[in-house]
Amino acid sequence: MAISAFAVSDATAAPSMAAKPLSHRLWVTAVWTLIGFFLINLIAMIAAVITSSFASRWLRSWLPEGATTKWYFSAWSEFQLDDVLVVTFQVVFAVTALSGLIGVPAAYAMARREFPGKKLIMLLFLLPMLVPPITYGIPLATVLYRSGLGGTMAGVILANLVPTVPFVILVMIPFIEQIDPKIEAAARVFGASTLRLFTSVLLPLLLPGMLAALLLVLVRTIAMFELTFLVAGPTSQTLVVALYYAVFAAGVRAVQSIDAMAVIYMAVTVVWLIIALRFVNPAQIVTRAKQTKAH
Amino acid sequence: MSIAVDDEHISTRMRLRARGWDGVTLLILPAVALMLGLFIYPFLYGFWLSFQPKAGSLFANYARFFADPYLYETVAKTLWIAVPVTLLNLLAAIPVAFRVRLMQRQRWLTTLLVLPITLGTVLVAEGLLNYLGPQGWLNRTLMLFGIISSPVKLLHNYWGVFLSLVITGFPFTFLLTLSYVTGIDPALEQAAATLGAKAASRFRHIFLPLLVPGLAITFCLSFVQAFSVFPSAVLLGAPAGPTRVISIAAYQAAFEEYDYSLASAIAMIMGFIQLAIVGGVLALRGLFYRGPAGGGKG
Repeated sequence: MAISAFAVSDATAAPSMAAKPLSHRLWVTAVWTLIGFFLINLIAMIAAVITSSFASRWLRSWLPEGATTKWYFSAWSEFQLDDVLVVTFQVVFAVTALSGLIGVPAAYAMARREFPGKKLIMLLFLLPMLVPPITYGIPLATVLYRSGLGGTMAGVILANLVPTVPFVILVMIPFIEQIDPKIEAAARVFGASTLRLFTSVLLPLLLPGMLAALLLVLVRTIAMFELTFLVAGPTSQTLVVALYYAVFAAGVRAVQSIDAMAVIYMAVTVVWLIIALRFVNPAQIVTRAKQTKAH
Repeated sequence: MSIAVDDEHISTRMRLRARGWDGVTLLILPAVALMLGLFIYPFLYGFWLSFQPKAGSLFANYARFFADPYLYETVAKTLWIAVPVTLLNLLAAIPVAFRVRLMQRQRWLTTLLVLPITLGTVLVAEGLLNYLGPQGWLNRTLMLFGIISSPVKLLHNYWGVFLSLVITGFPFTFLLTLSYVTGIDPALEQAAATLGAKAASRFRHIFLPLLVPGLAITFCLSFVQAFSVFPSAVLLGAPAGPTRVISIAAYQAAFEEYDYSLASAIAMIMGFIQLAIVGGVLALRGLFYRGPAGGGKG
């Protein structure tokens, strides 16, 4: 996709360069101003949170009076962030591992076999990615509370699997389709058992795709607010839900303390995002669902 | 291995295999079971539960929803936020995507834009609480340039929610649009340019007809996200007033009144409205395709 974009720029830039009317230049400037304005506001918004978290006192001025790191210590103890972070990582890693274990074999079957009802099953995997979490989260939370799983960590993990397993499947299907099945057939011909076929042939070939899919699941699960919020109890809150409650009860704690927690949340998310972006195109975070839907 | 098995067993197994059901196909079963148990079943259960009200007849929940202005007005309030935001994001995303398509290095831009999507609505809400506040940097900058004389109120009203949906929604809409725009064969545009078509005319006659199906899907996905706005409507809006969106009503019914039956009914109404709008947009897309080719409007 990137290559075709370069080709366009070469082909279409040339004729438009030759005759460049004022209206065209104005239009281009307007569009870039729009992008610039959006990015400046976005960066300023994030910078405001970071500045506030280090502010000793910040009222009625452009910048705070002094810098301090004390809010990080107070946020850490006030919001019990050590417990919250442990829960967050337990939930996130459990969700990531389970969606890999359930999703990758399913994607393999979907990529390699044609069977009656395949379209219906594809729809079953597409729906949770298209319906927003708050819509199915409320009936899901009701069922989990009725079955005694509501408010527990198991419930939070189960709820988070609903969007992540289809996500892994939809990312992995095209990846598996481009692996030549003849490679597997050749391994069979040379007498490989199913286990050996899996460990020595399939797993190494699947690893890059799995890594990308699971890192994206990880980032999405850290940031998944709605489902965790609806299902979590006091001991199974993840960082983003704890942040929501802190902002919701603003006024009880110092603003800087909440901002310090927001910075910790940002740091946790961005670290994993940077790791993920080494393996995937940023647009993949958004467009995967659509690409599969398009055909 | 199967030599000892009787003929009938073999034939069943072979018949299944001939239709594509063998050991490999069975690998989908855990995922299918999970989806049936945690997605389809809760929906059906919620649907059934919505007809089991705490008091009254079968349709008491739905009757209550459409009789109580505090409840039925949430539909209009949500649409009043979601539709303008989605249209604005989509209309801004199209020209931007056409510019960015020509960029050599898109990656830094897409990385920056992915940031608000990844950080999520809660963090954006917390950031905007600071940034849009009366003493925040936005109001200060506007006052510095003399655009306004006193701080504009952008928090705890309609505009707070609106702006937060622009911050998280625009990158989402843009990245989807970009993937559709770059998916169009550049040879088509080159052919039109060779024949002397100007940029505006190339857009109208080449790109737009090809883009409409993708834009319709982008509109649906963006709209559905905006329609289910929750954290920013509570944190940045006026959750008892103009931004009491339908998800707040559903949440309050479930977790403040503990009326899961009413909450399920509201969730079903929410899902139904989303379905109706998405269905309507996709039907319009069908009409557009069958209509005259020179229509040329978005």
